[in-house]
Amino acid sequence: MQRLEGVRVSRYALARILLFFPTLWGLLTLVFFLNRAMPGDPVEIMLGENAAPARRVEMRHALGLDRPLAVQYGDYLAGLATGRLGRSLRTGRPVSAELADAFPRTLELGCCAMLLACLVAVPLGTAAARRPGGPWDATARFISSAGFSLPSFFLGPLLILAFAVKYPWLPVSGADEPGSIVLPSLALGLPLAALLVRIVRTSVGEEAHREYVRAALARGLREGTAFRRHALRNALLPVVTVAGLQFGAVLTGAIITEKIFRWPGLGTLVLTAITGRDYPVVQGAVLLFAVTVLTVNLGTDLLYARIDPRVRYA
Amino acid sequence: MPRRMLVLLILGLWLLSSLAAPLFIARSYASLDLSARLQGPSLGHPLGTDDLGRDVLARLCYGGRVSLGVVTASLFLALCLGSLVGLASGYLGGWCDRGTVFLTDVLLALPGILLAITILAYVGRGVVPLILALSCTAWVGYARLARSMALSLRQREYTQASLASGAGLPRVLFRHLLPNCAGLLAVQAAAGAASVLLAEAGLSFLGLGIQPPMPSWGEMLSTGCDYLLEAPHLALIPGAAIFLVVWALNTLGEEMAASFDPKGKAIALAL
Repeated sequence: MQRLEGVRVSRYALARILLFFPTLWGLLTLVFFLNRAMPGDPVEIMLGENAAPARRVEMRHALGLDRPLAVQYGDYLAGLATGRLGRSLRTGRPVSAELADAFPRTLELGCCAMLLACLVAVPLGTAAARRPGGPWDATARFISSAGFSLPSFFLGPLLILAFAVKYPWLPVSGADEPGSIVLPSLALGLPLAALLVRIVRTSVGEEAHREYVRAALARGLREGTAFRRHALRNALLPVVTVAGLQFGAVLTGAIITEKIFRWPGLGTLVLTAITGRDYPVVQGAVLLFAVTVLTVNLGTDLLYARIDPRVRYA
Repeated sequence: MPRRMLVLLILGLWLLSSLAAPLFIARSYASLDLSARLQGPSLGHPLGTDDLGRDVLARLCYGGRVSLGVVTASLFLALCLGSLVGLASGYLGGWCDRGTVFLTDVLLALPGILLAITILAYVGRGVVPLILALSCTAWVGYARLARSMALSLRQREYTQASLASGAGLPRVLFRHLLPNCAGLLAVQAAAGAASVLLAEAGLSFLGLGIQPPMPSWGEMLSTGCDYLLEAPHLALIPGAAIFLVVWALNTLGEEMAASFDPKGKAIALAL
């Protein structure tokens, strides 16, 4: 039986992992063709409109743009497999170096926002579910309803107004001073908290009325203990999934938050690159975003199967 | 019920102000007056002026008009493409269906805004690329819903009867399948309107959507962020407009979904 279970888990994991690669391949192909389909000639962007024709031909050859599309596609995939992403047209540095500078900043911001959202959502949602109709429930309803419609590009300026004008406690721009991560994480994390509060509240509310909780109460456990030990544990499983799957939205939401707070991360890099038509950097950043999101989604699925045996048998 | 009244009031104001904007705003959204920069509300400018001395009320109305147009066009395109692809793939089955499922899986695995930013980065900016990018991210959900509906509808007697009497593919798709899932698709479109509007505002905020001098709420908010200390109303007014309209659309979508599909089954199954 033990062995059989192991086989089933790995089959589920294998199926998920096998889906990961075609998805990644589909994405790489999409970016490749978008890159080729864009209006405007990359050689002209690099050399300017007045370059000599001979120089253009030379450049076109150096970039490999004079070869058949299928060969270019093969080269592109081979290049990615060996980690060659090209050089930035603006700074001349390798794209991988640019990404390595910016990515940790974005990851830091995303993790702080996620942590903050969970710290707000789990206690509040649990308190709301324990006493439906009570003051905590009203607070949770208000936060989830308002936060759902409050985009971070409006929440951000509101936070800056509050913390720069009324109470100048926290730095509102850049990433150099201590505490400068607080406001960007709030702007990015609170809309997510609004979503999570709703899920925690529903999930805890459903579990709290299950028979095993009543059985625990009948055995004489105090209400708080039965709630914490039995209901909450099961109720938080769907929350883990939703939080994991939302991580992608948090990372890409960071593009907007970084612009508001001038946070030097991947979002700022990609926006600068788009404005400057620095296509190798755009391509590298988009691929890095996508690979991160796909990896976190895969990790969430596998983790969920690991902590909830019911998934494996479904 | 006061909540419903509020929703109707907000959406009504949005529709009215964007349809009638050219009639009752005497001032153009683009007329500059550098001597009247960053002013607060006054009789001449009920909502004040922006960094170039343009009337904020006029820009707010025109911005709402642009958003309304972009959201409507994107949803319409996404619905057409999504229902056509979804119905055809669910009805035909086989390789066609597997291909569609794979494509939609790839697209659903990515956050929508990333796909939209990628498209805009390569295709360029402006109204048409924006509509294209928004509908390219939004059609996937409709395709999945239409596909799952087609899978069950193709087994029904009336579809089989129509096939037996010699109907071709277009007749089956448009005469039998589409009318039967149009209601659910419309409900999902209403629920999706808020997220399309948010995406439009977000992309314009990033400078990738609507391009100046054409006004949009996202672009106004982005400009307002540069003058937060001198003239906070420049950020607060368009921000509040986005918040209220998105809230109203969200609430409308939820209520429609609750009355058409009370258990949320059809839509949950499709995604």
